[in-house]
Amino acid sequence: MSSENFNTFLRVEDLRKSFGGVRALKGLSFTVNSGMIKAIIGPNGAGKTTLFNVITGVFPPNTGSIAFEGVSIDGRKSGEIARLGVSRTFQNVEIFSRMTVLENVMVGRHIQSRAGIISTGFRLLRMRREERQIQESAMEFLQFVGLEHRAGELAGNLPLGEQKLLEIARALATEPKILLLDEPAGGLNTRETEGLAVLIHRILDKGITVVLVEHDMNLVMDISDEIVVMNFGEKIAEGKPKQVKNDPLVIKAYLGEEVDYSNL
Amino acid sequence: MDRQNRNRLVGLIFFLVLFPVLVMNVGAIGHYLDVMIFVGIYSLINMGLSLLMGYAGQISLGHAAFFGLGAYTSGILCTKLSLSPWLAMFAGVAITALIAYIVGVPSLKLKGHYLAMATLGFGVIVYIFFNEEVALTGGPSGFSDIPGLTIMGLNLNNDLYYYILVWSLVLLTLIFSLNVINSRIGRALRSLHDSEVAAAAMGVETSRFKVIIFVLSAAYASIAGSLYTHYVGFLSPSSFDLFLSIKLVMMVVVGGMHNIWGALLGTWLLTFLGNEWLHVFHDFDILVYGAILLAIVMFLPEGLIDLTPRMRRLWKGR
Repeated sequence: MSSENFNTFLRVEDLRKSFGGVRALKGLSFTVNSGMIKAIIGPNGAGKTTLFNVITGVFPPNTGSIAFEGVSIDGRKSGEIARLGVSRTFQNVEIFSRMTVLENVMVGRHIQSRAGIISTGFRLLRMRREERQIQESAMEFLQFVGLEHRAGELAGNLPLGEQKLLEIARALATEPKILLLDEPAGGLNTRETEGLAVLIHRILDKGITVVLVEHDMNLVMDISDEIVVMNFGEKIAEGKPKQVKNDPLVIKAYLGEEVDYSNL
Repeated sequence: MDRQNRNRLVGLIFFLVLFPVLVMNVGAIGHYLDVMIFVGIYSLINMGLSLLMGYAGQISLGHAAFFGLGAYTSGILCTKLSLSPWLAMFAGVAITALIAYIVGVPSLKLKGHYLAMATLGFGVIVYIFFNEEVALTGGPSGFSDIPGLTIMGLNLNNDLYYYILVWSLVLLTLIFSLNVINSRIGRALRSLHDSEVAAAAMGVETSRFKVIIFVLSAAYASIAGSLYTHYVGFLSPSSFDLFLSIKLVMMVVVGGMHNIWGALLGTWLLTFLGNEWLHVFHDFDILVYGAILLAIVMFLPEGLIDLTPRMRRLWKGR
């Protein structure tokens, strides 16, 4: 037996991904333990969203491995990965805009339900019972994020802040073990961001591990247990918020190098 | 089923019952019953196309082929093997669904224009097959003497009976489709239309659902083909050419492809226009078709079904 820490939930090892000549991930490794909030930060173009896309199977890595609960998931299809308990939200909100808010969350119940085309077409009793359950639990997830009053509206008509909450509700509806949030605070105002911090803690209280990509440093420093800092597809620092904040490499990546103006 | 669908369904049934009564005893439009039978047959295909295009967001320019496969299977099995027409219809659905599955698995991996080209190519291949397999299909001149349908000894060779048969099947298929739309399957289809990447992240097996709905729509088209065969009693390849595939897509778009009721409306309008009302234009009817399509796409992109909601929105000044 290896001395694998049983708390290690998600293990990413030497992950590489290129798009043509662009090397978006250049051998990235890190682990996420169960029950923590891990943040991934870095300047634009650091490869954070690519990382999420590779983990959730939007596209396979070139090399490297991803293990979730000891099971290898790299190169698997999105649907399979979702069934194993990995769910996510998207940086550029990917809600189903022509469906109602409730229906969006009901899609999240897809893997928790089974009815096939015959039983739905003929509205068999089994299917009607399941449909009622889908609707009830979807409503509970809407209540969890505080959107129940919007249930009947078209999702495309919601303001951005509420669309982001809807994405979280939809992701939670799959009953994930780990939730990947891609810039959840992007476009939110201060008050909404404060609400988001509370919501993320409530998600953690449900026993769901959270990984977030975020640019809002106040939020990240405030809620994260650990932070991974990326730049140009590589990890340049990792650790507790305090350690990361004072890391010279991190400061350099964000602010650029110090220039001595006295010689000019 | 929600209230709007139920009201529309009641309205449709009311119209279907009244239609023969109003039309049959009026000399000049007595044959409208015959046109309505064709509306029903094309409606069966177009409900499937609406599920495929409007709900799942996939295009097919090859549905005339599935319609033809159903028609030819029925025709061949009934004349050459003297099989019962109902059994032949069932066989047609099975064969067509199998072919749709074989074609669908690789081609539905394509998107947009490429999928359109793949399905178009498939339609052309089937059309050539109908033309060239003379021993089986009778070639370009086709074959005739296909027996009509009977139910428990009752011969349906009468327009009114056939009207009732076709539209009963349309109503059953419509209810089946509405049930599918308002279920986890329908939500999965609509979700992959809006955002395939998000649908996949929710665990929706996107490629599987595309194939399922493609096969279902092919099965609808096959049933329509069998009904067509037994009604006209004669088959030739020209009834299943590329132009029909395009016309079917046009009907769905004109009616409003995001709504299965739109498919019915578009089918009704364009079939009556094509079979009756555009005859005054002779060979130029295609130009009028084009003008209608253009006008709809420009002014009513959601189709005719959106006309009243749109007027209401305009009226309210929104």
